[in-house]
Amino acid sequence: MTKLGFYPGCSLEGTAREYNESVMSLATLFDIQLEQVPDWNCCGATAAHNLNKILSLSLPARILAQAEKAGMKEIIVPCAACYSRLSVTQHELFENSELKKQVEEVMDMTLSSPIRILNVVQFIQEFILPHLSEKIVKPFDKEVACYYGCLLVRPHDILQFDRLEDPQTIDRIMEQLGAKPIDWPFKTECCGAGLSVSRTDLVAKLSGKIVKEATERGAKAIITACPMCHANLDMRRSAINSYLAKKYDVPVLYITQAIGMACGLNNKQTGIYRHLVKVNN
Amino acid sequence: MARIGVFICHCGENISATVDCAKVSELAAGLPGVVYSTDYKYMCSDPGQSKIKEAIREHNLTGVVVSACSPRMHEPTFRKACAEAGLNPYLCEMANIREHCSWVHEKGDATTQKAFDLTRTLVEKVKNNHPLESIKVPVNKTAIVIGGGVAGIQASLDIANGGHQVILVEKQPSIGGHMSQLSETFPTLDCSQCILTPRMVEVAQHPNITLYTCSEIESMDGFIGNFNVKIRKKAKSVNEKLCTGCGLCTTKCPTKNIPSEFEQGLANRTAIYVPFPQAVPNKPVIDRANCRYFLTGKCKVCQKLCPTGAIDFEQEDEIIDVKAGAIVLATGFEIKNTDFFPEYGYGKYKDVINGLQFERLASASGPTQGAIRRPSDGKTPEKVVFIACAGSRDPAKGIPYCSKICCMYTAKHAMLYKHKVHEGTPYVFYMDIRAAGKNYDEFTRRAIEEDGAKYIRGRVSNIYEKDGKLIVRGADTLLGGKPVEIDADMVVLATAAVSCDGSESLAQKLHVSYDPYKFFAEAHPKLKPVETNTAGIYLAGACQAPKDIPESVAAASGAAAKVICLFSNDELTREPIVAKVNRMPPPIFSTCMGCEMCISICPYQAIDKENITNRNGEVIKTIAKINPGLCQGCGTCVAFCKSKSIDLEGYSNKQVYEEVLALLNN
Repeated sequence: MTKLGFYPGCSLEGTAREYNESVMSLATLFDIQLEQVPDWNCCGATAAHNLNKILSLSLPARILAQAEKAGMKEIIVPCAACYSRLSVTQHELFENSELKKQVEEVMDMTLSSPIRILNVVQFIQEFILPHLSEKIVKPFDKEVACYYGCLLVRPHDILQFDRLEDPQTIDRIMEQLGAKPIDWPFKTECCGAGLSVSRTDLVAKLSGKIVKEATERGAKAIITACPMCHANLDMRRSAINSYLAKKYDVPVLYITQAIGMACGLNNKQTGIYRHLVKVNN
Repeated sequence: MARIGVFICHCGENISATVDCAKVSELAAGLPGVVYSTDYKYMCSDPGQSKIKEAIREHNLTGVVVSACSPRMHEPTFRKACAEAGLNPYLCEMANIREHCSWVHEKGDATTQKAFDLTRTLVEKVKNNHPLESIKVPVNKTAIVIGGGVAGIQASLDIANGGHQVILVEKQPSIGGHMSQLSETFPTLDCSQCILTPRMVEVAQHPNITLYTCSEIESMDGFIGNFNVKIRKKAKSVNEKLCTGCGLCTTKCPTKNIPSEFEQGLANRTAIYVPFPQAVPNKPVIDRANCRYFLTGKCKVCQKLCPTGAIDFEQEDEIIDVKAGAIVLATGFEIKNTDFFPEYGYGKYKDVINGLQFERLASASGPTQGAIRRPSDGKTPEKVVFIACAGSRDPAKGIPYCSKICCMYTAKHAMLYKHKVHEGTPYVFYMDIRAAGKNYDEFTRRAIEEDGAKYIRGRVSNIYEKDGKLIVRGADTLLGGKPVEIDADMVVLATAAVSCDGSESLAQKLHVSYDPYKFFAEAHPKLKPVETNTAGIYLAGACQAPKDIPESVAAASGAAAKVICLFSNDELTREPIVAKVNRMPPPIFSTCMGCEMCISICPYQAIDKENITNRNGEVIKTIAKINPGLCQGCGTCVAFCKSKSIDLEGYSNKQVYEEVLALLNN
């Protein structure tokens, strides 16, 4: 059994519970043990870096320090916002020893060396993909629009993951499941992110463009890897539909759910029953 | 007994802001052997130089130390001043207290002390200087021009018309460069080919110009006035002497689908081809990488057809040795292709093209005979978006500089499009309109006001294709960043101008410096814009930085003037900083033992054997002899000589030891 460090973050315990459920079910299916970073805390996400730089670095730094203390060589971070915050923090601190010292003083812990921070797509590539074909029972035989959002591939200089524009990794994984990824231009288009609560009207407009484009280009599902994107595309669908004055019912799936469905996991295991836009399997 | 004069320069405030110049002068006056010391605001100025001359005469000086800027800057100035006062110029030395001291340190006693220490070492050195005479070397009055674009053509013609021989080396099968690809030129809209092709023909017919196409520089050694260059003339597989240029071979070549470089991939060519109808020389070459015979061993159709038997599949690359007195670099530029832009589709959209491709579309000799048709389906585009600064002025793309030509040619493109497609709408996204130049601003205004090009100040964030249209999304920053979306039929990127592939290795072969973007570096950005740091090698055109046609031509004529100036001398005066084997009276003659070690290690092949004979002509001793015309004063032989028989004039071991000792014996 492979043992890997795991940082769920707040979303996976709240609005993206189904994401957590599908990640866990996949891990079990592929004989992987995901071990949570002990006593983990908030990554700071959208709020902290607008308010206080040291705070925005100290929060993720503490998570990294906790992981290091627990002897973890890598941590799996399914939430794209957490992944971004942890990666950027690690990069900044190991580039700037002065800053690192300051942050270490604040959290009263030290960071000795960088650890591997993997997003869910990298996790799948490395640990799931090699054994995927033998587990597929029901190929995901549909046109899909792979939607990466902003945080998975940016800032490119730091993450060095996939192409900045028109990324490809999720498309390739979906192909392995038997799906037909469409060529579309909005893979990294803004979904409205954290404005979901404060400016739902803007989210309806921005996410609406994405849903409309995916539908018009023939996608039967939108595949995502970010709780924020999912929330905006799925949870805000009624706002989107009233903005566009048309009923769009293309479902939004986490990539882990898509893999789970293809591998024959039930709705409870993949969590698709929790979606607001109904998924027909 | 040494009588040294010391002159401390303030360099305005460049030195005096951090160094107490009066104090340095005062301390220097106390050094043994120094009989005169003073400081002055600008030592290089006329009154400053007069101070030195007067002091030489009044105090009967035997040596001069000027503590000022780098000797690279003003050593010739001060040595000339000394010579005018009757002192041998090589008895004048400079202590660099600007670049090596005042510019790099804070104001304070330590900085002043360092300026004094630097001065002191040179005082000790100059005490051991002895008069030297400059060396004369002959000048070979042939120039090599590398690159046959408009700059290379202009430089070649100017030098050749000055009565000197020119060897023009061009990498491609034809001269003409990018200018031959252009449709019309700004700001006059005259036809590019019409003004260029007569000059190309002139090059081919000029009795003083030898043209080598498909050729590149293999290696270079030597120095100003005496360069030895090897040129690799690549196999064309066509015997130029036999070929009449009838073109029959190109009509029957079975390989017809090779994207034409000249047409920027918008049309195809055959494997045996002439790049374009007006090519000079107008004789075909075989592209071996695509030729069926070279790929499969079968075909030879062209050989069977050729009425003069000019096709030669066995032809090999030829190395040509030439000697020249000067070299002009005119290798030009390249532009980034559309695949450089992820946000504009990584080059996957056929109707997103670069500026040179648009030139071909607009050119009467182009693939569409000058009709503006988009590459994907040949339809006339109703809306064309031109994007200036595609890659340029974008540090994130590694190109922070302005490509300079794009503002003007984009205005020209918008105009040409409007002149050919009256009902069409050209949009131009721009950062700033940089139209500095004679009649340039008027030209861009004409594009906007008379031809109705819609200029939008802002950047384009991305382009995607939908229902046969290219959706161009950008922002109008004059309207507070308002998002703009245009459903265009074609998009033209004014992609960044960059240095040519291979310019770095060429610079290294020629010992020419280059900037971080691999453009060749001029010797001085203002006062020596066409010279390089290597004497005898000059720059013309866009190989130095992006330049438009008038600028390239002006630089080329400037470089040619420099070459002709150089060639107006039969001999060149060289610094006498050369190595010398010691000589002494018989019976020793020299401490050199004739081991010949120096001969084998001299990088310039400047050392030979010399037989010392008696009256009867019998060889008594063989020693090394250094040819002062070839010696570059590198000092390698000095370090290698086992018997310490070689010394470098102006930098003798004694002089350098005294400098070091002066520093140590504080």
